[in-house]
Amino acid sequence: MLSVIRENYGNPSSLYSLGQKAKETLEEARQAVAGVIGAEPEEILFTSGGSEADNQAIRSAAALGQMKGKKHIISSAFEHHAVLHTLEKLKQEGFEITLLDVHENGIIRPEEVEAAIREDTCLVTIMYANNEIGTIQPIREIGKVCKKHGVLFHTDAVQAVGHIPVDVKEDGIDLLSASAHKFHGPKGVGFLYARKGIRLTNLIEGGAQERGKRAGTENVPGIAAMAAALQEAAGKLEENAAKLKEKRDRLIQGLASIPHSALNGDAEQRLPGNVNFCFEGIEGESLLLLLDDKGIEASSGSACTSGSLDPSHVLLAIGRVHDVAHGSLRLSIGEELTDEDVEYIIRSVAEVVEYLRSFSPIWRDLESGKKPHIL
Amino acid sequence: MALYSEKVMEHFRNPRNVGVIEDADGIGEVGNAKCGDIMKMYLKIEDDIIQDVKFETFGCGSAIASSSMATELIKGKPVSEAMKLTNKAVAEALDGLPAYKMHCSVLAEEAIQAALEDWRSKKQS
Repeated sequence: MLSVIRENYGNPSSLYSLGQKAKETLEEARQAVAGVIGAEPEEILFTSGGSEADNQAIRSAAALGQMKGKKHIISSAFEHHAVLHTLEKLKQEGFEITLLDVHENGIIRPEEVEAAIREDTCLVTIMYANNEIGTIQPIREIGKVCKKHGVLFHTDAVQAVGHIPVDVKEDGIDLLSASAHKFHGPKGVGFLYARKGIRLTNLIEGGAQERGKRAGTENVPGIAAMAAALQEAAGKLEENAAKLKEKRDRLIQGLASIPHSALNGDAEQRLPGNVNFCFEGIEGESLLLLLDDKGIEASSGSACTSGSLDPSHVLLAIGRVHDVAHGSLRLSIGEELTDEDVEYIIRSVAEVVEYLRSFSPIWRDLESGKKPHIL
Repeated sequence: MALYSEKVMEHFRNPRNVGVIEDADGIGEVGNAKCGDIMKMYLKIEDDIIQDVKFETFGCGSAIASSSMATELIKGKPVSEAMKLTNKAVAEALDGLPAYKMHCSVLAEEAIQAALEDWRSKKQS
């Protein structure tokens, strides 16, 4: 990325050689990205990230549907807000949205997708893997169902690309969103895959960049870095996944030994690096701050961390009640994590949970029997 | 600029007056688990002076810091002064709270008031 910024700073739309050099870099990146997901280069559109790709994919499918008088869209209860809020907007514009149940294990059932499809369904949009609880969806089966009924299938694959195998042809995917920073690329850049023949609606009007579908001078350094990161991740996919799964499972085992705790989402059908737990009687933000003091960087689904009054919609969607959802912890682990790190994390979380429970009025009520334990 | 001031982090990391008072003269519990914030204040009052105060809190960094600071501000003070404690005073003593966290200081004020109300009603009966 630095070399592109320093030496390859021409505008890909310019005629002179430095510009053409940048254009070459851009197209090489496009080819690399396409190759990793089994697409053609002309099916890849570079964006500012996953959110933009989600918006453009959904709006494009909605526009195509509207032209045919089809205004029903199927999605799931625990999509990323980039999907849910776009659907909310479409609802205000007269679309009908069905949000499928994700069940206690956080996995959508293809038969329920099929049952929800109507004559006027123009799009099914289901994420490849959930960002909070890491559960991997039966995308190939859902792709088959959509193909059978002639409905466009979009997947927000932001968490999956670069971590688990994704092949748009094999999986039957028509539209896909991805974001570089989820596979060790820079922030602020991503891509949208759109199967050849699907007409995209512009979010940004202007120049002719990205085949006229997304105006604006391209973020060449970001895109080049994204392609490089994706290729590196794709090259070591199996190896990294195996290493991560081992550490992930040891973490899950260790955290599960903390009393009155529960794993969120299916233990097996899960991203290799995702761990998400609820601990009864404590609140997530205070847990995160104390872990940060110990050098552990994590996130939570508590209301305090989301800035709203409700805890994570994902945790609520899998059936966690508010009290319990506030005490959640998500850890996303990487390949560099050592076995010592894993043990340190287990010890630290246990310590902090015990400490916070020691002065939690909720914990006191649970332990004294005044209120029944939920977990 | 960091999310919380140094003062808030200090009271969060090392909260003062944590615990329970077994034979408390006034107990006040406010908030609810649904919102993600609960504070419980225990008071020991003699000669209309707050002899001792302890708290328990389920909540975020600013919730814990606010309850800790609130107990510091009323400990050893006359009841009349404790009754005048405002959330603004708590937030100011903490060198400020982010706007969307101000409700934590409000909860601390309400917990103290609830405990004092409990003491008053116990005294009457």
